[in-house]
Amino acid sequence: MTERAMILDQVRRALGRTAGQAPAPAPPPRFRIPELSVEARIESLFCQLDKLGGKTCLAGSAAEAREYVAGLIGTKPAVASNASLLKECGICELGSVQSGFTDRDKLRAACAEAEFGITGADWALADTGSLVLLSSPAEARLISLLPPVHIALVPRSRILTGLDELLSTVPRPAELSSSMVLITGPSRTADIEQILVRGVHGPGEIHVVVV
Amino acid sequence: MATESELKIAATLADGRLQEAIYTATARLASHRRAVVATDVLPDLEELRTQANLVKNHTLENLDHYLEQFEANATARGARVVWARDGAAVVEFLAGLVSEKNARLIVKSKSMTTEEIDLNERLAERGTEPVETDLGEFIIQLAHERPYHIVAPALHKTRYDVADLFTARLGVEREIEIEKQTKIARRVLREKFLAADIGVSGANFLVADSGTVVLVENEGNIRLTTTAPKVHVAIAGIEKLVPRAQDLAVFLRLLGRSGTGQPLTVYTSFLSGPRRESEIDGPDELYIVLLDNGRTRLLADREKRQSLYCIRCGACLNHCPVYRKIGGHNYPWVYSGPIGAVITPQYLGVTHQPWLPFASSLCSACAEVCPVKIDLPKLLLDLRAEVNQAQARQGRNRLERLAFKMWAWLMRHPRLYEMAGLMMPVVLSGGHGWIARLPGPLNVGPARAWLSQRDLPPAPARSFRRIWRARQEARGN
Repeated sequence: MTERAMILDQVRRALGRTAGQAPAPAPPPRFRIPELSVEARIESLFCQLDKLGGKTCLAGSAAEAREYVAGLIGTKPAVASNASLLKECGICELGSVQSGFTDRDKLRAACAEAEFGITGADWALADTGSLVLLSSPAEARLISLLPPVHIALVPRSRILTGLDELLSTVPRPAELSSSMVLITGPSRTADIEQILVRGVHGPGEIHVVVV
Repeated sequence: MATESELKIAATLADGRLQEAIYTATARLASHRRAVVATDVLPDLEELRTQANLVKNHTLENLDHYLEQFEANATARGARVVWARDGAAVVEFLAGLVSEKNARLIVKSKSMTTEEIDLNERLAERGTEPVETDLGEFIIQLAHERPYHIVAPALHKTRYDVADLFTARLGVEREIEIEKQTKIARRVLREKFLAADIGVSGANFLVADSGTVVLVENEGNIRLTTTAPKVHVAIAGIEKLVPRAQDLAVFLRLLGRSGTGQPLTVYTSFLSGPRRESEIDGPDELYIVLLDNGRTRLLADREKRQSLYCIRCGACLNHCPVYRKIGGHNYPWVYSGPIGAVITPQYLGVTHQPWLPFASSLCSACAEVCPVKIDLPKLLLDLRAEVNQAQARQGRNRLERLAFKMWAWLMRHPRLYEMAGLMMPVVLSGGHGWIARLPGPLNVGPARAWLSQRDLPPAPARSFRRIWRARQEARGN
């Protein structure tokens, strides 16, 4: 018998089940999705990010978003993802921004040197201050991970109330991407004497720009 | 003669600095939890706990179905599922993968399941020791120790201990500032991430309906472990299944809050198969190891099956008066605290360290905070009964059984019981602390350990029975 057959056999014997036996119906999923205006969602998102040590900006236009980003990065090296929102806002034209990566190794080398990683976000979650990023040709995983500062641009229409709304909107993340990551504030640790330190392995600083 | 465990425990109790470290850290984690489960911020806590309990119960009762469903969906996404009955099978598989990929460096993220099977030690024997990348685990690995706590592995180390370790093992200048120590770890480990051939992680949840591996963390080392190397291996116990991603709306909320007092941890990764054709980065290959290692044995016991609901949040440790005194290294296995006392005897056998289920005051603080509502005190009582039965079969606790038999006999004979009661004031006349000064045969071995911490008040001159009788007479009956 293979290890697989042995384990499944033991599981079935433990439960008194037979191969192929249908399961009892699962308890229905539990969701609570509050009614919340876009303004209230933005307010909650910013309030949570503030508590987490994140920075926020409400940009009235593409130009305002670009100005905020330009002010942050100055002339320091930055990598931007291929998200269409970043192009629309003119982020990729900023002098020190590298963008348009399709090759893993080149992207990695650039991210390892960059001071800033600039991405879009598929959604944001108002009640926890989280960003939701799906890996795709437009969004590489490492841009929000390797550089010490992460800047994310989110359209105001993409702010969900919370995790419940996300998982009812996307019941199977596997269908969309090999990786869906929720990012809730800057990377942190309290492993030495329970003292909070930001920026262990991921970015220690995070800026969320709602456009 | 005190046993080895007693000596170790005594040393922990006598170490003032360690006592303070355990006490402060657990108090802090507990108060962080309290702040985010308070009724005004999470009015539906009880509802969430009940739902989590129901879903875990349902999944385990149909586990074979969900395991097969998970395997089919993960395989359809291009992952490869490996089944392993024990640690040896995992080590065989990984050692094979290392030589197939000609891998020189493995980075690893924190996983209690891999601690369970001594993965690092066993891979080191085969020539490739994985590098732990969670800051706490990195410190523990440098110190050659086991994790002290399920979520805070280096809870017992001070900044000065870390400074010494970093100087000795990394050859850096002595640094006692925690922020700078963290930067040193970031620098050292960043190089490892970028050079590693294989990344090994655990798994917090496996989603059956989509073949997804879900991982939660705060540092970003799990994201790096599962993104930077070309090969990712996730090692998961078979109890980690949930039917649907939608169930995680409940579990993710409970896990972060119960463990560290965060509404959500910083990073939650839903990983479904390796990098897809058009995606820019991510691993080319994903292996998911489904590990039994004794879990099917726990599954077979209807009552104790619920110990497999555990989502490893560590809340029961932080609230346990025993853990908070004896710390994490005095438990005989990798799991400590109430959940450790419950699962260790089930994995290693009840007679392995028979004292373990008894090392509890049954105060129920653990059951009150458990996010998946495991009835820990009840399970401890069941295990106590099992220990006693096993020891009786081995003829080990004859004296205790004889004493209880005599007691039972005495209780059935009221006159004799009363006569025995009359002698108590004489026996208990020794004054304060007399019991610890008991002479001779009564005060040796386990009896001495027991007696040294206890005292009996002097017996009153009149017994309850006599007072009762006098009252009844006075009423004219």
